[in-house]
Amino acid sequence: MSVAGELVVIGGGLIGAALAWGAARAGADVTLLDEGDIAFRASRGNFGLVWLQGKGLGHPDYMHWSIRAGRRWPELARILGEESGIDIGWRGGGGLHFCCSAEEMEQRRALIARTRAEAADISIELLDREALRERAPGIGPQVLGASLSDLDGEVSPLFALRAFHEGLVRHGGRLRTNFSAREIRRDPHRGFAIRDASGAEVTGRRIVIAAGLGADALARQIGLEPRLMPERGQIVVTDRVAPFLHHPASAIRQSREGTVLLGSTHEDAGFSTATEVEAIARLCRIGTRLFPALRSARLVRAWAALRIMTPDGLPIYDESPEMPGAFLVTCHSGVTLASLHALDLGPALARGDLGPAPRSMRSARLAVHPT
Amino acid sequence: MSRWDAIVIGAGPAGIGGASLLAERGARVLLVDETPGPGGQIWRGIETVPESRAAILGPDYRAGAAEVARLRASGATLAFSTEAWRVEPDGTVWLRDAGGLRREAARHLLVATGAMERPVPLPGWTLPGVTTIGGLQILLKREGLLPRGPLALVGTGPLVYLYAAQCLTAGKRDLVLVDTARPGAMLAALPHLPRALLGHGPAYLAKGAGLLWQLRRAGIAVHTNARQIGIEPDGDGGLVLRFLGRGRHRLRLSRIGLHEGVIPETHLLRSLGCRMLWSAAAVAFHPARDRDLCSSLGHVHVAGDAGGVGGAMVALLEGRIAAMAILERLGHQVDPLLVSATRRARRAHLAARPLIERLYRPAPELLTPPDEVVACRCEEVRCGEIRASLAAGAAGPNQLKAFLRCGMGPCQGRICGPTLAQLTARIRGVTMEEAGWLTVRPPLRPVSVGEIAALASEEP
Amino acid sequence: MPFIRLDPPTPEAGPELFFEGRPLRFRPGETVAGALMAAGVTAFRETPVSGAARGPWCLMGACFDCLVSIDGQDNQRACMVAARAGMKVRRQIGARRDAAGAGK
Ligand SMILES: Cc1cc2nc3c(=O)[nH]c(=O)nc-3n(C[C@H](O)[C@H](O)[C@H](O)COP(=O)(O)OP(=O)(O)OC[C@H]3O[C@@H](n4cnc5c(N)ncnc54)[C@H](O)[C@@H]3O)c2cc1C
Ligand SMILES: Cc1cc2nc3c(=O)[nH]c(=O)nc-3n(C[C@H](O)[C@H](O)[C@H](O)COP(=O)(O)OP(=O)(O)OC[C@H]3O[C@@H](n4cnc5c(N)ncnc54)[C@H](O)[C@@H]3O)c2cc1C
Repeated sequence: MSVAGELVVIGGGLIGAALAWGAARAGADVTLLDEGDIAFRASRGNFGLVWLQGKGLGHPDYMHWSIRAGRRWPELARILGEESGIDIGWRGGGGLHFCCSAEEMEQRRALIARTRAEAADISIELLDREALRERAPGIGPQVLGASLSDLDGEVSPLFALRAFHEGLVRHGGRLRTNFSAREIRRDPHRGFAIRDASGAEVTGRRIVIAAGLGADALARQIGLEPRLMPERGQIVVTDRVAPFLHHPASAIRQSREGTVLLGSTHEDAGFSTATEVEAIARLCRIGTRLFPALRSARLVRAWAALRIMTPDGLPIYDESPEMPGAFLVTCHSGVTLASLHALDLGPALARGDLGPAPRSMRSARLAVHPT
Repeated sequence: MSRWDAIVIGAGPAGIGGASLLAERGARVLLVDETPGPGGQIWRGIETVPESRAAILGPDYRAGAAEVARLRASGATLAFSTEAWRVEPDGTVWLRDAGGLRREAARHLLVATGAMERPVPLPGWTLPGVTTIGGLQILLKREGLLPRGPLALVGTGPLVYLYAAQCLTAGKRDLVLVDTARPGAMLAALPHLPRALLGHGPAYLAKGAGLLWQLRRAGIAVHTNARQIGIEPDGDGGLVLRFLGRGRHRLRLSRIGLHEGVIPETHLLRSLGCRMLWSAAAVAFHPARDRDLCSSLGHVHVAGDAGGVGGAMVALLEGRIAAMAILERLGHQVDPLLVSATRRARRAHLAARPLIERLYRPAPELLTPPDEVVACRCEEVRCGEIRASLAAGAAGPNQLKAFLRCGMGPCQGRICGPTLAQLTARIRGVTMEEAGWLTVRPPLRPVSVGEIAALASEEP
Repeated sequence: MPFIRLDPPTPEAGPELFFEGRPLRFRPGETVAGALMAAGVTAFRETPVSGAARGPWCLMGACFDCLVSIDGQDNQRACMVAARAGMKVRRQIGARRDAAGAGK
């Protein structure tokens, strides 16, 4: 069986789904391919922050790109809500990064100074304990203060993903799950042909590889080498607690439902998504230090998911030089950047280019130069 | 911390049989159970029950006393009111008791966590006053409580009749049975009758017939072939049960018990990554096991209802079979004649199983309830939302969980899991194995953030 | 509708716990769920999702539908906790509050 279309996006995580939604909304004929119920899927295991504080320092293009994403999030949340009727749980109003020692306060101060020096279009201030208590009355005695930035926000990444999937279909796109792309070929008549192991085929005039950790094997077939690596992150979540935390924050997040997320760790564990008691215990320790009352909350679940890391930690937005019309998109903050992917990049791909994505983020920067 | 030869999880007949034998042969065994004493589902409270109540519960119940005494004498280390909240593939078991959390390690695990009642989502099943029939029986065994006022027992399976008979013995007569088995079940069961007449089959059949006879003699009303069941509040603190049987019925009741058989409690096994198989006959998943009752993980054995529902005697014997396999691996001598005799005894007790499974099979429409029915009790997700999400392309239970929150609540998908899998299979047109299952993540039992935080070895 | 206590039928004296401030006799050996059900309590909580009334379903610790607040600790499974004299039990209304601290 073969399905033909204009644009085929491989990978139905937050990146692929946002791009597919944006392209379909701009009028393109889009097919989104995704694997089955169980797969490596960062989009289903992340922390849900739109986080800008400190992001991209030393990398002006990435910094401005991220900040631009932060500014567009309220608009994306509104459109998704109106279109799908799904409340994706967007909450802006400034993100808190808590400090529990004088040293941490000093580090935050330095970060704020650097952000100003690099002319970032974001305002970050340092709150002392008293100012912080007005915003977060339940903090523990060890919390000395926090940095607060105006652009940080949070969202339910799962509901956002669902809104993209449902919205794609509403805009005339197709979602095809249980399709694990294996082989990409140029097709003289139809652009590209993509096959899975069972021989099922999907063709499109243009393709976008947005397959998370699965992108490496596919990108090689279009002549690109992103050399992606997994990085494990563990998160725990509690039962529903009456609302007490009214800001997004970097180590603790209270969802709209009331559940509290504590996370996330950064570990090199290959492709293992197992959790470890020691790591979970540390997350809980941090949580109870920030908000001591949390001690009595009940842990409902602990999980691990894999981040998708490029060698230099920056996103890749690229088009294959050998096979024009074949694109690659990957990044490690796919929640934060989803607004740009959906509102700017998707429509650009519908036209056939990478639109506003900075050229410095092509994968050529990662080429291993012969010495 | 020293390593146990074996940790046995669950002190029902399977765990009792396994731990006793292991300890008697000199193995270092730890047996844990979250309830306050040994017995499991069938012999719950056996050591503390007053004589009057034991008389109501019957001879199968009393039979537990001897096995529990043997366990006490065996030298196994016993830990009650102790929950296994996390089990790792390397034999690490994390426990929680009144003293907090602790870690134990073993060379072999014997999982004997038993069964749970199959969830029965139907209109009104979440109303206060509606419980499982097993739940009502627990109240009787554990606490000597018998519902007052008109009670309907709705469903199918041996436990329906057993509990009804126990009610009668205890003097309760305002009782009605609403049987949901399809008339065709009898026909489907017939081919399995010859085998059921072998081994201990006739004893099981006689027991079942005895219960039915007791109900008939007492003049208890039995409605058969009940369909389109729905429950509503009666506006006066009671309940109204509607169903289509021979004609339409509307009964006013003070309590309703639901039951559609029991299924292996596979939560812990799934968290370990044991391979699961679907049994069309039992309408349930069970772990793959070899002759020695070893799961797909070499040092994890599974005995009793957790491996496939077979009842108390089978559980007890399986506990012993698994124990003998573990003893052998530990380097102990095991009499091969004893092994084969125990295996034979188990088979004899299983003779009537295929017949029983077919007689009491849940009606197919009960497994995929109507749109308005809540499938996930915790997050209140309805079957209609699940169907719509599947129709829109959701790949299976885990994607449903991500998109709808079903299975994300405190019960961790134990209750809605079977329904999510059934709906996935039905709507996507795939087998139950292909439909998949909610990924199980620890903790398996509730643990507080404070308790876990206390495990951190250093300041973060 | 209450439950009948089989042995002994009704405690005349004996330990009491408090449910929503009201004293309630129980028999040693009963769980909180058993004690409340014996006294005729059917609705134990209101769900945090829709506010629907719920009571015990499985009575073996699996379903989390019998959640109550016990001595200030919210979201406790009534079917797994032994009744103790002087215990203060309340219905669990919505999400737990004990873990919200001063922030709630
Ligand atoms: C613990 C953790 C916390 C995080 N917290 C945050 C945060 O707070 N804020 C933030 O912005 N980001 C966060 N992230 C990162 C964010 O989750 C990811 O950047 C984002 O989800 C990546 O989306 P993706 O679509 O690239 O990848 P994925 O979600 O991994 O999706 C890839 C998809 O492609 C599919 N696929 C793979 N191979 C194939 C193939 N061959 N054929 C078809 N389909 C295929 C997969 O099935 C999958 O659905 C976090 C990540 C982790 C792990
Ligand atoms: C509600 C119910 C009532 C039943 N009543 C009867 C009856 O009256 N008569 C009859 O013949 N059969 C009855 N059965 C069938 C019964 O399951 C078997 O007859 C028999 O008890 C199975 O023995 P087992 O050892 O496999 O499991 P069980 O007897 O179920 O024992 C399993 C034990 O494991 C413990 N456990 C489970 N998980 C954990 C954990 N994570 N940590 C610590 N402990 C754990 C449980 O507390 C339990 O005590 C009932 C089943 C159910 C579900």
